Amino acid sequence: MSYSVNEQGFYGEFGGAFIPEMLHANIEHLSKNYLKIIREAEFREQFDALLKDFVGRPTPLYHAKRLSQRYNTKIYLKREDLNHTGAHKINNTIGQILLARKLGKKRIIAETGAGQHGVATATVCALMGVQCIVYMGKTDIARQAPNVARMRMLGAEVRPALSGSQTLKDATNEAIRDWINNPSDTHYIIGSVVGPHPYPDMVARFQSVISEEMRWQLQEHEGREYPDIIIACVGGGSNAAGAFYHYLEDDRVCLIAVEAAGLGIDSGASAATSLLGTKGIIHGSKTLLMQTEDGQIVEPYSISAGLDYPGIGPQHAHLIQSGRAQVLHATDQEALDAALELARIEGIIPALETAHALAVLDKLEFKEDEIVVINLSGRGDKDLAAYIEYLENPSGRHKSDH
Amino acid sequence: MNRVKHLFDKKDRDILNVYFTAGHPQLDDTVDIIRQLSHEGVDLVEVGMPYSDPLADGKTIQNSSQKALENGMKLDILFAQIKEAREYTNIPIILMGYYNQMIQYGEAAFLEKAKEVGVDGMIIPDLPMEIYVQAYRNLFEELGLTISFLITPETSEERIRQADKLSSGFIYVVSKSSITGTSGAISGEQEEYFNRLEAMNLDSPTLIGFGIYDQSGYNTACRHANGAIIGSAFIRALESDGKLSDKIVSFLSGIR
Ligand SMILES: Cc1ncc(COP(=O)(O)O)c(C=O)c1O
Repeated sequence: MSYSVNEQGFYGEFGGAFIPEMLHANIEHLSKNYLKIIREAEFREQFDALLKDFVGRPTPLYHAKRLSQRYNTKIYLKREDLNHTGAHKINNTIGQILLARKLGKKRIIAETGAGQHGVATATVCALMGVQCIVYMGKTDIARQAPNVARMRMLGAEVRPALSGSQTLKDATNEAIRDWINNPSDTHYIIGSVVGPHPYPDMVARFQSVISEEMRWQLQEHEGREYPDIIIACVGGGSNAAGAFYHYLEDDRVCLIAVEAAGLGIDSGASAATSLLGTKGIIHGSKTLLMQTEDGQIVEPYSISAGLDYPGIGPQHAHLIQSGRAQVLHATDQEALDAALELARIEGIIPALETAHALAVLDKLEFKEDEIVVINLSGRGDKDLAAYIEYLENPSGRHKSDH
Repeated sequence: MNRVKHLFDKKDRDILNVYFTAGHPQLDDTVDIIRQLSHEGVDLVEVGMPYSDPLADGKTIQNSSQKALENGMKLDILFAQIKEAREYTNIPIILMGYYNQMIQYGEAAFLEKAKEVGVDGMIIPDLPMEIYVQAYRNLFEELGLTISFLITPETSEERIRQADKLSSGFIYVVSKSSITGTSGAISGEQEEYFNRLEAMNLDSPTLIGFGIYDQSGYNTACRHANGAIIGSAFIRALESDGKLSDKIVSFLSGIR
């Protein structure tokens, strides 16, 4: 079975480009040109140079000895948290800003939930001197104030998305509407492996640097290119897509995607998209999404604004449905505990999103000589308010906190 | 015979298609609005199935959709309302909604149910032509439902030809690159695009929509196409104070 995108833009039955005609010309232009552009030697050189000198790649593959001891196995952390701007998101925005320049686009729009992708986009726009508008749900603007300030300092305009539930899905809707209204001068930098084809494939390719480095780093550390298990959290799925990319066809590697269970899978307040979702269309892609019986998209819930998305990238839907990837879940509480644990035994404060990936260590049975890689997608600076609140009142978490 | 096809067989100009969101302002207004539009001589009604995430729509339709959903609108309620409206009127009725709603209902069940209650055609802006041909064309044809594809100023000539071939009711000519509900007079650039379409001698009738909100816009559209589609402006009129029927009469008298 192939886990890559086919010529029509599908992964199995998922993917495609289900977009209104107003976007067709732009999406088709992108489809026809993205591979050609990103394969050009000049593009590769610029991309690699910026990842090295601006972003700070390669990121270390760190053998976390005390964490390994705790779980009686061999755990490596892929340190995407050490990237400039604090998460994997910038791998994608560097790629897309170079692509936008090639396409002759003068204006950049983006959506953001936690603000990480917004900051990464504002950063590359500042770097290239192009106009940047970031759509962000009004609710998220209120709960992610430090990232809003960072975007503004970087010269981006943060526009509140006032429609619907005023979170990530609505910010995405607003960005798409902006693109409909401004088709010729604007490029839309999507922040995850979601949206119409070719976005999921394009974003995965830019994030694939994560597993590309893992291969030679594991070779150095372990004398073999592959781990036994890779664990990554999934909102839309871009850090997971990058960490899985070069191992998709390698059956020796077990792929684990971790979704946010919020207050619990059956609580009515979660973002357990692949489990609770059904087939449908969200943001131009056929995938699994949380919706009512009548096909209305449901607002998910997670303590982590970056996992708070009602859909999942179409490739992940395919990987999960075909059994290639396994899905596990972590609640708010489990994520908070896992973040505290990592901080205290390894000296690393992870992002809340990432903490969900760490939280499943407790649910897995490892062999002592197994090699486990956890994709440490981001750092926790942006989540300090939530962490401080938890430290002060560890038993006081309830839904009104979000 | 299909009522949309019948309409275009007997009338080829000055066609007025009015859009509204089902279940808005009140859940039960749907039947009355259809009846009144029909009574006032509107040629075609386009009933919007309210959706949580209407990507192609501006503020007015987003808000009316959200309101309708809060009012409790569901597809089965809408189907029952259309069935009731059919007791009073023979006006062509088209459903406009998003592909996800159709998938979740079950595509075949959705189309069959629509046909059964008296719907004549569909507009599904995020259903690509390629998928329609692969998966649904036969079903539409068997059931005798029309479909209208959208074209925009950015649509290539080849794709316009394809939309012409595949559209079975009329072609939905999106007047400019935008979401619904914009204002402003029709520009010279837009008129050039309309002229370009006219020169293509398309087989399908054409209706111009998006940003048509007054008499002047309606007249311009009718000069270049078989008629016009008015949506957001009508919804805004429904949102004003007063009796439903008065608002409808007064709005239409401002158009033609
Ligand atoms: C640190 C971090 N990890 C993960 C995610 C989730 O996104 P994705 O699933 O695309 O990796 C986010 C999104 O904001 C993030 O900031």
